[in-house]
Amino acid sequence: MEKKLKNLKFNKSDAITLGILVAIFGFFFVMVFTGAASNQMKSMIIPISYNIILAISLNLMVGFLGELSLGHAAFMSVGAYTGAFFSVKLVEAFPGLPIWVYFPLAMLVGGIAAAIAGIIIAIPALRLRGDYLAILTLAFGEIIRNIITNMPILGAAIGFDTGSITPKIAKAQTLLPFAAAAVLITTILILNFVRSKHGRAITAIRDNRIAAEASGINVKFYRMSVFAISAFFAGIAGVMYSHSQTLLKASTFDYNMSIEILVIVVLGGMGNMSGSVIASIIMYMLPEILRDFDSYRMLIYSVLLIGIMLFTSAPKLKNFREKFTFDNIKGIVIDRLKKSKKGGTKNE
Amino acid sequence: MTLFLETIIQGISLGSIYALIALGYTMVYGIAKMLNFAHGDIIMVGAYVIYTSVTMATLPAWIGVIISIIFCSALGITIEFLAYKPLRGAPSLNVLITAIGVSYFLQNLALLIFGGNQKAVPVPNMSFLNIKLGSTLSISGETVFTILVTVVLMIALTLFINKTKLGKAMRAVSEDRDAAQLMGINVNRTITVTFAIGSALAAFASLCYGMNYAYIKPTTGSMPGIKAFTAAVFGGIGSISGAMFGGFLMGIFEKLASAYISTQLTDTIVFGVLMIMLVVRPTGLLGKKLNEKV
Repeated sequence: MEKKLKNLKFNKSDAITLGILVAIFGFFFVMVFTGAASNQMKSMIIPISYNIILAISLNLMVGFLGELSLGHAAFMSVGAYTGAFFSVKLVEAFPGLPIWVYFPLAMLVGGIAAAIAGIIIAIPALRLRGDYLAILTLAFGEIIRNIITNMPILGAAIGFDTGSITPKIAKAQTLLPFAAAAVLITTILILNFVRSKHGRAITAIRDNRIAAEASGINVKFYRMSVFAISAFFAGIAGVMYSHSQTLLKASTFDYNMSIEILVIVVLGGMGNMSGSVIASIIMYMLPEILRDFDSYRMLIYSVLLIGIMLFTSAPKLKNFREKFTFDNIKGIVIDRLKKSKKGGTKNE
Repeated sequence: MTLFLETIIQGISLGSIYALIALGYTMVYGIAKMLNFAHGDIIMVGAYVIYTSVTMATLPAWIGVIISIIFCSALGITIEFLAYKPLRGAPSLNVLITAIGVSYFLQNLALLIFGGNQKAVPVPNMSFLNIKLGSTLSISGETVFTILVTVVLMIALTLFINKTKLGKAMRAVSEDRDAAQLMGINVNRTITVTFAIGSALAAFASLCYGMNYAYIKPTTGSMPGIKAFTAAVFGGIGSISGAMFGGFLMGIFEKLASAYISTQLTDTIVFGVLMIMLVVRPTGLLGKKLNEKV
């Protein structure tokens, strides 16, 4: 075990990411189990958890592989429906089954189903890049939604009743340990994957596919595995979603949902996992805190998307950007402090 | 037989709308090398402009249409200037995300201004164009107008691209931007003109959409937009004739699928065809193959 832990590859920023997560979930645990949490806070815990998982799994695709997926909500819906269907049937077969038995199992089943969906989409996606790939994932998302809406076994357009598998009392207390475990395990696994040999191969493919291929990296294999891994975790997030709702509707998992996850990833910084974690918390809490904000939420998100992209990647703003890097600002602040100290001593 | 003919005519009418939108996609893609995700939403904006000027400002319908065309062109130029121009030379992923942001912005702005309820588009009356073929088959004036407008615009566009100096400049820029610049072509102006033309075509598409579907919502533009992009990919993105061909084919195909296979699963079939197309022939039916350089 000790040796295995040593094999985990983390650096400072990963430690910060994990630290943030432990702090947040520690806070949630204390608040929920001492009874100090308000109902509003309790209702936020599960959405924050699955948003974090969604954001870091999409970040793996967008930030590390450098391919835009507009079908992340579809992977989530595959997980949500498969997991819920599995749990509902299991609870039907064994009434009174405790949630700690079927929920983790459903997560696994939902994750695997989503990963299979990821592999299915990866097969045509292997031949495409950039804009075409984005459109392909978008089309795939629409197909999944269209198919689920027309499947009577999954409730078709009315929705799939998941009332029998969601905890009726003490929902936050029951689900929080699972949510915390799922988020932490997902984060550790993805961070470790990104820092490993495989992660370096993936960033190499992002930076220059042909050069990576020439250096002996199996581009097809890695692209397919990123699709599968990213979809797997999106599926787990979906299972968390479906086990905290009483009704699943296919229309929830539309293109807008994929865009919202993308906004989180872009806001947190593509390729920056702790950014994704922080951004998913902020993005979920802002509309809850600011009541009037809700009607302007989407408009502000879209402005943020455009603004961040212009700021971070406009070639003409390069000099401007370099002025405002974190290290530069730190340097300027330290310089000012030193000067003011010197000035202070002269006056004395 | 009547059903088949009716389906084909409806398909051509729908295909005309797709073709008009697809032209905008394909021109921008060919010249600016970017996927203008917001293009579909310009149709929605165009329809709302007609709604505002006719229903709210009580102008005659034809004036509303003209205002809508001018407004959409101006909007296309503005979007290009504010959001896409600064990103020229940036990685395509970032440009794509910006374009998605613009699309999202337009949708949500319309949602804030007009609300989520659907609004009727006041379009000019076209009943004088009604055609009766035989005893059972009749074609509505709207359908005739849609097809006529599309054909006229396509001929005009083809002449513009092939015969005028600006059209020649557009072809040159899409062939090789740097070489075109060395030859003294103002690349930025050419791209601006492309956006203006593409958006004006989208305004025509919104007129035809309003005639055929009567109602609009803030999200109206995205689905026809995506399907038109599908059509552009189908015909070969970057190719003008490919977009026209792909648009008509897509419209006919969609109507046939919903009439003979399944109404609910139409979208699945259409997007399934797109996926197969992307895998089998990513350059489309009439597209050119681009070689990738390191």
